[in-house]
This record gives sequence, C-alpha cells and structure tokens, in this order.
Amino acid sequence: MSTDSLLHTPLFSLHEDQGGKMVPFAGYAMPLNYADGIMAEHRHVRTHAGLFDVSHMGQVKVRARSGSVEAAAKALERLVPADIVAIKNGRQRYTQFTNAQGGILDDLMVARLDDTLLLVVNAACKAADIALMQDELVDCLVEPLEERALLALQGPEAEQALASLAPDVKTMAFMDVRALDVDGASCVISRSGYTGEDGFEISVPALDASRVARQLLAQPNVKPIGLGARDSLRLEAGMCLYGADIDETTTPVEAALEWSIQKSRRKGGAREGGFPGADIILGQLENGVARRRVGLLAEGRAPVRGGAPLYSDPAFADGIGKVTSGAFGPTVEAPVAMGYVATAYAAPKSPVFAELRGRAVPAVVASLPFVPARFKR
Amino acid sequence: MTLYFTKEHEWLRVEGESAVVGITKHAAEELGELVFVEVRDAGTEVKAGESVAVVESVKAASDIYAPVDGEVLEGNAALTDDPARVSSDPEGEGWILKFRITNPDQLSGLLDAAAYAALIA
Repeated sequence: MSTDSLLHTPLFSLHEDQGGKMVPFAGYAMPLNYADGIMAEHRHVRTHAGLFDVSHMGQVKVRARSGSVEAAAKALERLVPADIVAIKNGRQRYTQFTNAQGGILDDLMVARLDDTLLLVVNAACKAADIALMQDELVDCLVEPLEERALLALQGPEAEQALASLAPDVKTMAFMDVRALDVDGASCVISRSGYTGEDGFEISVPALDASRVARQLLAQPNVKPIGLGARDSLRLEAGMCLYGADIDETTTPVEAALEWSIQKSRRKGGAREGGFPGADIILGQLENGVARRRVGLLAEGRAPVRGGAPLYSDPAFADGIGKVTSGAFGPTVEAPVAMGYVATAYAAPKSPVFAELRGRAVPAVVASLPFVPARFKR
Repeated sequence: MTLYFTKEHEWLRVEGESAVVGITKHAAEELGELVFVEVRDAGTEVKAGESVAVVESVKAASDIYAPVDGEVLEGNAALTDDPARVSSDPEGEGWILKFRITNPDQLSGLLDAAAYAALIA
C-alpha cells in the first residue's frame, strides 16, 4: 500500500526507525503496529507504559478578542453542551460539537489554561471543526496549532517515565492540564488519554517532538504503540470512536454521554441550552430516547464487529439495533463490542443476538467499561 | 507430496487426492496474531475461490479461499483453543484445514514455491 501521498507527522522517521507498519489514517501515514504486534502492544500498555503518536489530531487555541477567558468559554458554549465556563484554570473536560438535529459533529477535549481554551479534536473532523468555530465564534480568535505534535504516554508506569523528564507531573490529577518543560521543550501536558489507564497527553513543538519521544522511549518499560492497539484499548475502556460509535446521526443522549452535559446546561440550569440541537438533546434528557449505546459480550471467541445487525431473537425476525465497534479484547481475552439497541434491551444482562456470517451469535448487554478505569483521581 | 501456493497467500500440501491447507508465513506476518479461526463444516463442498474458513486478528476478519474445487474434510481442532498457533507456525502446526480435491486439473493453475517467492518479493 502506497503511503507516498499522505501527510507525515513530525514522528514519521521515528516510526520507520522503530519498524512501524505504516498505513493511511485520516490522510496521514500512521503506524498500525510495530514488530511486537497489536496483542502484545495492547498488553504492554495495560501492564507498563506505551507511547502513541496522535499528532494527526487537531490542536486548536481559542481566545476571546476581548482577552477574557470567560468570554471565550461562553462563546464556545454556543457550539457544545458541556459547561465550559465552569472549567477551572488548569483543568479539562470532554464534550461534543452538535448539529441542529442534536447529532454529534465531533467529540473533543477542552482545556483552560490562563487566557486560552485549548481544544483537541479528531483528525478527520479538524478542518470542519475549525471552519465551524471561525464562522460561529466571531468574538474569538480560532488558531489551529499546526506546528505542534501530540504524544500520548499511557499505562501504570507512565507517571514514572514522564516524571523522570518532568517531575511536576507527579502532582497532577486526572484531567489536570499544565504548561511544563520536558527536556527543554515547552509542552502542555494533560493527565488523560484514550486507553482507560492512567497517563498523559503531551503537546510538544514539532521541532522538539522526535527528541522528546526518543527520550520517553529510552525510559524503562516504555514501548511505541500503534493505532491498532489504540483502538482495542479504547474499546475495552468503553470509549467512543468518532465515525463508528458516534456521528452526525447519534445524539449525546443516545450515545450514553449525558454525563458530559452538566446541570447548568440542562433544563432549569443557569445557562440552559443555547447549543445546536439543544431542544432535541434537552428533551431526550427529560423524556428518554428510543435507542442507547451499550456494551456487548458475545458468546464464544468469534469477534462480532462493527456493522453486525442485532436482533431480539435467533431467527432474525425482530431487529433491535447494530454493532458499531467490535474486536477481540486482549485484556478481557474475549470478544468485546459496543453498539446501539432499542432502549427496552439496553439494561445490562439483556440477551440479544448478533448476526455473524449468517448465524445467530448469542450476546448479552454489558456495562461499560469492560476493563475498569485506572485514572489517578 | 507436492507443495503449491496461491496468489491469496495460502499453501496447499497435496498427497494423493487430499491436501492440507494453511496460510503462508508472509500472510501470517501481515495479519498479526490470530484470535479466532473457523473452518466450514466437514462435508461442505466448495468451488475454487469460495470461502472455506475465516481467520480473525484483533483488527479484522479475513477469508481463506478454496484453492481448487473440493470438499472440507476437517478443520485443525487445536486452533479452537490456540488460534495463535497459526501466527507462530503457519506452515506447520498452524495448518488450517484438510481438504479433498475433486478437480485435480486445477492444481496446474497454482504457484510453485519459486513463483510465490517472486510474488511477495
């Protein structure tokens, strides 16, 4: 497969040096896995620490023209259902850009650091997200940070590895964000990630990225991890993949993401609604939804994958939903999946049937995550 | 005993009218560690090019195609509990199925070891 016409992140040469199997992803040449393979990389992150290149994701700075970070937060609330005003300095929060139908245009992290909101958005959506903000947030300066790479260091030994280069990270809690020097590079570090493990995301100037990455890989028990394990780790952690588990046709309530909509934005809240699709989303919070995103555990060892239809019966008479992500979970040591089912089947332990190669595979609805989160609260 | 290969990265060890079928070392490396192997029921008759088995890695499912017309005799039962055997020894203990060849004339259309080596070079 040719990767000649693809964009490269600042770590492209490092991936090649490390033996990364490069594949096209969202217009970039990215490592699917390295020599150890997806299963071993996945287990390494759960037991030690893994370094991911997520530089393809969009990093965007949003500042109010007035200079007031409260004004920037209020402006961003016109596009997302989370309480952005309440984010304290040095903290971050998960939210979604919504459309007029209540569907999800993208999901993102929003951090507040001094006079600035720092956003991390999905690679495939970043151009549209930036255009949306530049059109809608006329009272703000929306600045894509093109010259920065993004590294994720994840796993129970991530703190130890990063602290050897930036000791202050030991004092950070889950979802804290801080500007810190790492080996002389001016970084913005958040204690967060996409694996369910403790860990950090490190925004680093592009020119310093390769050096910082090599320094991290030189720490004991840190290995490079590709996109394959990133996907199986996030699936076991019950986290959504944009474009698979959530998209423009799914609302945050259908996607079981209502925990990310704080009271202040709900009916009767101090800043109720005011984001695209608020009437629909707030109505769903009050009245419920017809379908919900759930975890699914199938019998046997055959992975049930995205797209598989779900039924209430083994004869496929009564369709009740479909699988949106599925794989073999290396830590669970069984197939794990998530998907949407009619609300009557959304309670844990509800029996359902997935269609796999024409056969009915019995499955049960399972609580998410499949692997308990180990964040440092 | 004659060893054949296919463009779909399978090998076929023919003894008389039966054959043992597996995937090549090259294919095993490309797929990564397997988590599940499923062979169609013994007695299933297939034409060349039809699916006789499915192998799954963490990431994706891939079909194994019948190299020639024939009938499934048995799947490798050891793979039910240890599918990773295909990854560690694809051309030995990680064989996938035994197969009865019903149209031996089609064997001449397959690759020999040298032609397969050239294909993946």
